Amino acid sequence: MNDGGQVDAGLNGTDAVLAAACLALKPSSFGGVALRTDRDETCERWLALLRGWLPARSRWSALPVHIDEERLLGGMNLAATLGSGRVIYERGVLADSLGGVVVIGTAERLPPRVAALIGLAMEQAGSDGFGLVALDGSRSEAEQLPPVLAERLALHVDLRELRPEAIHPAPLDAVAIETARSRITRIDVPHAGLQALCATAQACGVDSMRVPLLALRVARASAALAGRAQVAEADLEAAARLVIAPRARIDPGAAAEAQAQPEQALPEPASQRSGSQDSGADEKGSAGDHIADQVLAAARAAIPTQLLASLGAETTALRRSGASGRSGAMVLHGRRGRPAGVRAGKPRMGARLNLLATLRCAAPWQRLRRAQQAQHAARVLVRVDDLRVTHFRQRSETATIFVLDASGSSALHRLAEIKGAVEVLLAECYVRRDQVAVISFRSKGAELLLPPTRSLVRAKRLLAGMPGGGATPLASGIDAARELAEQLRRRGLTPSLVLLTDGQANVGRDGSTGRERAQLDALRAAKLLGACQFKMLLIDTSPRPQAAARSLAESMRCRYLPLPYADARTLASAVRSAQ
Amino acid sequence: MRTEEESDHAGRFPPMSQPFPFSALVAQDELKLALLCAAVDPSIGGVLIFGDRGTGKSTAVRALAALLPPMRVIAECHYGCDPQSPQFWCSDCRARPVGRRLKTRQAPVPVIDLPLGATEDRVVGTLNLEQALSAGIRTFEPGLLARANRGFLYVDEVNLLEDHLVDLLIDVAASGENLVEREGLSVRHPARFVLVGSGNPEEGELRPQLLDRFGLSVEIRTPQDIEQRMQIVRRRDDFERNAEAFMDTWQPQEALVRRQIIAARRRLANVVLPEEALRWAAQLCTRVGTDGLRGELTLVRAARALAALHAKRSVTPTELEQVAAGALRHRLRRDPLDEAGSTVRIERALREQGSQRE
Repeated sequence: MNDGGQVDAGLNGTDAVLAAACLALKPSSFGGVALRTDRDETCERWLALLRGWLPARSRWSALPVHIDEERLLGGMNLAATLGSGRVIYERGVLADSLGGVVVIGTAERLPPRVAALIGLAMEQAGSDGFGLVALDGSRSEAEQLPPVLAERLALHVDLRELRPEAIHPAPLDAVAIETARSRITRIDVPHAGLQALCATAQACGVDSMRVPLLALRVARASAALAGRAQVAEADLEAAARLVIAPRARIDPGAAAEAQAQPEQALPEPASQRSGSQDSGADEKGSAGDHIADQVLAAARAAIPTQLLASLGAETTALRRSGASGRSGAMVLHGRRGRPAGVRAGKPRMGARLNLLATLRCAAPWQRLRRAQQAQHAARVLVRVDDLRVTHFRQRSETATIFVLDASGSSALHRLAEIKGAVEVLLAECYVRRDQVAVISFRSKGAELLLPPTRSLVRAKRLLAGMPGGGATPLASGIDAARELAEQLRRRGLTPSLVLLTDGQANVGRDGSTGRERAQLDALRAAKLLGACQFKMLLIDTSPRPQAAARSLAESMRCRYLPLPYADARTLASAVRSAQ
Repeated sequence: MRTEEESDHAGRFPPMSQPFPFSALVAQDELKLALLCAAVDPSIGGVLIFGDRGTGKSTAVRALAALLPPMRVIAECHYGCDPQSPQFWCSDCRARPVGRRLKTRQAPVPVIDLPLGATEDRVVGTLNLEQALSAGIRTFEPGLLARANRGFLYVDEVNLLEDHLVDLLIDVAASGENLVEREGLSVRHPARFVLVGSGNPEEGELRPQLLDRFGLSVEIRTPQDIEQRMQIVRRRDDFERNAEAFMDTWQPQEALVRRQIIAARRRLANVVLPEEALRWAAQLCTRVGTDGLRGELTLVRAARALAALHAKRSVTPTELEQVAAGALRHRLRRDPLDEAGSTVRIERALREQGSQRE
């Protein structure tokens, strides 16, 4: 499948197994593992391997993504408390898992509040805590593991390309793990090794100081597993592949080639030192550099190709919390906003108990219940079924997705004008505290240029550098927009779409050229999008209004706006009125 | 079943592990200075830290709090009231019989995390559900604001904080008091804390009102010098492998900083603020065009705290210059689409001011 030597090392499963072995030594000291997986047999085998290698009687708990705060951190057990009439506490899942492993399935769907609490717990407990196995099933860049967790998980492993047979323990076994566990704290890390890890992280554009520290621990674990007393080059490379490379923001090789100045590309402390110090230090320094270069090569080889293609776009965290926007759809059962009535339910995860309504529900049953439980201590007998919570109504936040036709036909006429219009709209979004996302399509396909964000600085910078030209894969563009909008809707936001195109498709969904086929595909995609009933607006960017764009808008069942010679501000006011 | 004491929110999860020593932090001088100033004079009003993940923001805050001398609190008070300053007491302490000797105890300076997505109930406190349902008694269960009293409230990713929590924080930070009127409860308790917020400006903008609440702001980056980076990793690694030995090694330096803070707090009231320094501060603020007077006030206060830390008798332009960027950077009016840094503008103004004096 792939002919690169280093990539093979990843593909034959050695790294995945090594990750399991490292984690099994002491789960909490690595934070845990972020596992990209489709939840197939490979994943099951990997989990079984890890579980088998953990110390005897280690805790292994699963954590559902919609767990409430009480279960997570511990607190009062409401049902038991009401049943017995005295306060009964229970320990939370996290406190129960100390020294063990917590597995989160579909971790990419973890609500930000839960992720924040878990991250906090990891930080507070430190190495006395637990290890997290986050199963990340995200399919696109817009979905991702909550950054607050991804940052703290040392090992990032991708199981998607691995066959189940690739996960086999040999040559490691439980005895080897046990031996390594007893040795790990005594493993020595040479100066050059530490330097190599730090230099590699820096060259990959990884600024967080947690990363080299976690890499150091993984290198130490790898050495312990291999039976070495000192961290060797192989261990550093493994640490670079498992910890540093998946977080790379810059392709280290490209950076080194592009920039002639050595101090920008790869810091060379040895050369700075050589002038003032004796030759002994110089020699030692250049040996360190040699290792740094090797580790760098390993890291670069393990970087997936998609990452290189979309560099810079995906690294900054997505805004995922549900703050209030101003024109989103109303969401019922929100935790905040205006009170909108009372309903049965437990006061969990922020839902507020309505005491009055609860007592009112319990009141008619008092005599009956007292007869059943005469010796009950409480003055009022309340059952779980009586509990009433206030629910709230709130507008969900709006996310505006700009879908830009950056193809040659569009670019020729007015890409600059489109950019100007989007800029004006962005300022508008800033005032409304909307999120914005930008998708552009040209030549071969669509690309998510800007995942939903509130940062105008990023949006503006991106727009300025947006390239244009090439064919028009309209269908792919519409598909990408629909996928993103649906994702955002699932996340509780209200997406609205602004499509700027001239409607002149000439690349089909499958990438084939041919105007007729492409138009047909585009119309089909538009119908599909229309069925989703988002708020949408199509702005025809061709010099003269075209039938193609109009029929596209009809298929999408959205407003059509021919703007032959609009300036940026007219366009902006049109978008405003569409919302 | 757990005892009553354990049911406290603080007991919900294993206690905080040993914080990293403050004096062992590598580089980040501006951050350390800002935190020290805020510790000497809490009325400066908190520190805002801009920076990426993993730059040691939270480590620095926890380290500083651990370094501060423990505070004396009234023994049975939920809010950690100070026996020395009755003007800030909570309603419970005010209701205590006068004349009887107050029981006090030592408590470490708290650092309370306000997690993203925390509910309003958790933050301000709420009706104690357990008491209400099992015993039918209406009591108040203190929230995070109560626990942060006289300590630090640390808000990670403050720019992603939801609007209703921001409103609340602005109000409490301004008044130093948390007022609860809900569910039939009427509680008023002190909530005076140093607000420390951190965030990455690329991920979202901060509301100007909240921005203004922070006294000082710091922009931090990971050191780009490889030697410093290695030193960070090495120290952290040593600390994690044997915290006790590491703490022992750093004990003398820690004690030094602690003495410096205590001495500075004592000296603070006696630091002279000459007319000339006030004029200098006013000139600078006009030059860079800050809104309102708070910038000027913070600038002067921070400079005074710095002078106290350096054991100086009076504030001179040297101190003012050193804290100017931190005190004013986040108060400049800016265009949301403008990328030019505020720091640059302040530095330019400082240069102009300097040349004018000569």
